[in-house]
Amino acid sequence: MSARIAHIATNTFREAVRDRVLYNLIAFALLMSGAAILVGQISIGIEQLVVVNLGLTAVSVFGVVIAIFIGIGLVSKEIEKRTLYTVLSRPVQRWEFIVGKFFGLAGTLVVNTLFMAVGVFAALLYVSRSFQRADGWILVALYFIILQFLMMTAMALLFSSFSSPLLSAVFTFSLFVIGSFAEDLRGFAAMAQGISRWLATGAAYLVPNFSSLNVISSVAHQQPVSTQLIFSNSLYALVYTGMALCAAVLIFERRNLK
Amino acid sequence: MKPSSRITLTAGTLLLVCLMTSAFALRHFDNMRKGAAPEEALYISSPKVVKRLSLGYDGLLADVYWTRAVQYFGTKHHLGSRHYELLGPLLEITTALDPHLTVAYEFGANFLAPPPPYGAGLPQQAIELVDYGLRDNPNDWRLYYNLGFIYYMELKDYPKSADAFARGSQVPGAHPSLRVMAAQMAQHAGELQMARMMWTTAYQSTKDRYIRANALTHLRALQVDEDVTNLEKLVSLYREKTGRWPSSFSELEATGMLRALPLDPLGHAYKLEPGGKVEVRDPDQLPFIEKGTPAGYVAPTPKFLPSDMGGAS
Repeated sequence: MSARIAHIATNTFREAVRDRVLYNLIAFALLMSGAAILVGQISIGIEQLVVVNLGLTAVSVFGVVIAIFIGIGLVSKEIEKRTLYTVLSRPVQRWEFIVGKFFGLAGTLVVNTLFMAVGVFAALLYVSRSFQRADGWILVALYFIILQFLMMTAMALLFSSFSSPLLSAVFTFSLFVIGSFAEDLRGFAAMAQGISRWLATGAAYLVPNFSSLNVISSVAHQQPVSTQLIFSNSLYALVYTGMALCAAVLIFERRNLK
Repeated sequence: MKPSSRITLTAGTLLLVCLMTSAFALRHFDNMRKGAAPEEALYISSPKVVKRLSLGYDGLLADVYWTRAVQYFGTKHHLGSRHYELLGPLLEITTALDPHLTVAYEFGANFLAPPPPYGAGLPQQAIELVDYGLRDNPNDWRLYYNLGFIYYMELKDYPKSADAFARGSQVPGAHPSLRVMAAQMAQHAGELQMARMMWTTAYQSTKDRYIRANALTHLRALQVDEDVTNLEKLVSLYREKTGRWPSSFSELEATGMLRALPLDPLGHAYKLEPGGKVEVRDPDQLPFIEKGTPAGYVAPTPKFLPSDMGGAS
């Protein structure tokens, strides 16, 4: 079972590399080197902050875009090319296909993030000449960003399992935006009354909460991240990813592929 | 030539021609716009809305707005403007996006507080900005120092200045001179020595070359103000003794009232004008001086000396 998932994951990773997904690293490298050199000349006192803020924001945005645009085609492309039937005609379960696809894209994003992390630290070293102990918190921010990618990938896969690529992209991107406002949604729910309160509370718990996963600004100021937050974020992201994957599997298992 | 090579050559040439024409057209637009007043607009003025629109990437957006504030102030300052309508809102958005961006409070207050042409002449807004900063950064003694500084230099409110220094001195790791300044404020407020101590602290407490250059320029200006005051006193004393104004400092030197010809901090000799008035040779090179300038002198936009920007005094 695990070997079959690993095969699908490896092939998904290879396909992403063949699709030149990792070319975004070139744009990232140009962005980072440009920022590291230019910001000192046009602003005051924020050279290191910009490198960390811009670097981590770029890692996050590039990754989210990849997660959405590759994730939405993971199932539909296989159906369109009819390769899915070849795969499923072998002893591969549908759920294994979904999980394998998920791990393949997640692996691509992790590799991409690792390369970008090297770029962020290189730019930081260029600007500040040396590393400080507090720069280690950047690794925690990167870990949270990877958790965000896992959730995004699972959601893209979920929508991809029953919808067209265009609609999947719209749904996933909308959830990304809503997830960034999750705290506000919870605030609205607390203010509402009666049935609308129940509905808003339900929606607030159903949509992903990305705000607690975003510690970019605080690590840029070299502020520490609590162990409790690391633990709770890890748990939340894994549970939410698992939930989205389960939903994707449930839908895909019942989907008529004829 | 192969057909494919011909297409490559034609398309390549066309590409270059189009690129050059578009660059030429853009330059033409720039020339047409020359002289027109730059548009001042802040399309989204609500800090809350900007924060929402940042989708959580508020740190980067704060850096963008801070850079915008620096560019806005720098451009207007360079043009010798006396109005900085957007500076306050830009700083408000910057600090709402990232309340821990202390550089925005420190420099922002220094942009807002001094009177034109040195700043925007909005000391009250500067105080509000630093007060807002202290809410989120209560352990940053530099912000208390900035607050006390603005109260002292711009508003001449010495009790509030002393209070700010006293509060700042209680922050762990605060510069020791805050305690001294708080203690001496009651007796020595308004004196040159007090101002000198404040600018010296500003110089010592940072590695930023702009703050250091600014502090050095102010210390130099204080030195000029003190020299001019002392020299004019000596000239008056000479007149009391001899019944006439001296024609040059050499006469004071000859009577033993001066040991040597007095030089300003840049090494130029002071000028003695008729009527006993003492002036510096080149006031444009000594920004922020309050004494020693010709009658009707209008100070230009201050420029830091390259040696100050390099850290050398």
